[in-house]
Amino acid sequence: MTTTAAEYRLCELMICAAAETFRGNGEVLATGIGVIPRLAASLAMKSCNTDLMMTDSEAWMLSAPNAVSGRHFGEGQKQESWMGFSRIFDNVWGGKRHALVGPSQIDRFGQTNISALGGTYEQPKVQMLGVRGFPGNSISHANSFYVPAHSKRVFVEGECDVVCSIGYNAERLPRGYSFDDIDIRRVVTDLCVMDWCGPNHQLRLVSLHPGITVQQVTDNTGFEVHVGNELTTTAAPTLEQLAIITALDPVGTRHKQLADNPMGDRR
Amino acid sequence: MNKIMSAEQAIAQISDGMTVGIGGWGPRRKPMALIREILRSDLTDLTIVAYGGADVGMLCAAGKVKKVIFAFVSLDFIPLEPYFRQARQNGSIQVMEVDEGMLLLGLRAAAWKIPFIPTSVGLGTDVIKNNSELAIITSPYDEKDWVAMPALKLDVSLVHVDKADTRGVCQIKGPDLYMDDWFARAAEVTIASCEDIVDSDYFSPSDEARHVHWERSETTTVVHLPCGAHPTSCAPFYGFDVAHFELYNATAKEGGFDHYSETYIAGKDEQEYQEAVGGEDKIKSIPLPVY
Repeated sequence: MTTTAAEYRLCELMICAAAETFRGNGEVLATGIGVIPRLAASLAMKSCNTDLMMTDSEAWMLSAPNAVSGRHFGEGQKQESWMGFSRIFDNVWGGKRHALVGPSQIDRFGQTNISALGGTYEQPKVQMLGVRGFPGNSISHANSFYVPAHSKRVFVEGECDVVCSIGYNAERLPRGYSFDDIDIRRVVTDLCVMDWCGPNHQLRLVSLHPGITVQQVTDNTGFEVHVGNELTTTAAPTLEQLAIITALDPVGTRHKQLADNPMGDRR
Repeated sequence: MNKIMSAEQAIAQISDGMTVGIGGWGPRRKPMALIREILRSDLTDLTIVAYGGADVGMLCAAGKVKKVIFAFVSLDFIPLEPYFRQARQNGSIQVMEVDEGMLLLGLRAAAWKIPFIPTSVGLGTDVIKNNSELAIITSPYDEKDWVAMPALKLDVSLVHVDKADTRGVCQIKGPDLYMDDWFARAAEVTIASCEDIVDSDYFSPSDEARHVHWERSETTTVVHLPCGAHPTSCAPFYGFDVAHFELYNATAKEGGFDHYSETYIAGKDEQEYQEAVGGEDKIKSIPLPVY
């Protein structure tokens, strides 16, 4: 028996929508980078996919996720194996992982950028993190994207300034590879949920958050989004989901992740 | 064999133009006291290989660096390293930017004395486009493209460990050794700074020896530098110094690295450094991060 919450914040709607990306994944390492993605992966492990695996963001695999806030030093955690950074690559290259990450740019091919913006490669206008593990993640296992502010700055018109992850781009496809070798799952933004299941792996609108229009999505995306007949409204969190989220984030760090912490239903 | 040296003697083994690997990860267990010794030296034109943090940022800011081989340079809780960022945006350094795992493969290839390791990592991305030295090869066993990640041969590696004996047996008891074992193996000369010097008998109980991750033959030099990872962490002894990193980060906006260096590094020895940042007791009381 589930009861839909009457009132909830947008961050909570996004956590629940992003948690759905891990449903049916089986025994894979769920990695959520950032507060909302980590809460999404943790909620999934506590509800729709209890087979998920997770780390403490450092050197241990956990049998139950850590809270993202309110923990104190020396509190202890439910460790089940050592998982130092070098061992992460053994897992990544074996493919049993699904990462939910927040790129700075996403293009129409599903390619992403966290490395640098503008200028030239020798002298970028803005140096960001570097490619980190994105190249290896993208060719080895499933990936989904989290976008806290859906805009044309993120969903860029052309290709990403630095292509850090492989996407559905025929021109860059390596010899012997097909698009079936690339596994980009969902995109959860502050406006909607999308996937890459449009014609020829085009970005497709799956559900609109309550009160958001198709026009808002297309106006804020730098390339064409496929809008089919199967479009739905993103499911509101249930009371059970909100209770799990509150237990995982007792201090309420999630409420500081989106500008002005909007309500989830914007009708 | 006694491998103990002073920091100054240890760093004197490095020459201009050498390739130097640095252990640790971002703001974690970096051999910062050895980095400070390089900052005090006349060394220049170095190629740095690292999972980078303030080590890379400081060396760039001080003009010690010709090229950085990296996957990221970040202070983690401050996502963008301010001085690495400046160096990139000024176009003052060359780079080889690869995936985190490719960096590991490059170190392994060097350690195993093979020219490259094949991988699918990098395919379809600008890692291939931006690194003309990365070859795409065919395989004798399938019809697919493979990236030949070249060996990253290091002249010198710098690591910071918990305990070491005079023969170079090194112990890291923190939860993660990061890639320090591969940095040690990939280098001709490995300089390990340590929190404590111990007798060889210290390692006799098996649960102590379990935390020794490479053979002493891979450690060339041992330098006794307690708190030598500061301002980065050295779990389980001390966390990273958030306040100091914030101060360091702020100097990039106002004052500049010269001001930071004059306050903490230039003309000072490690004891004076530690006094300037609050003393050994204060460093050892910095809590470990909770995630």
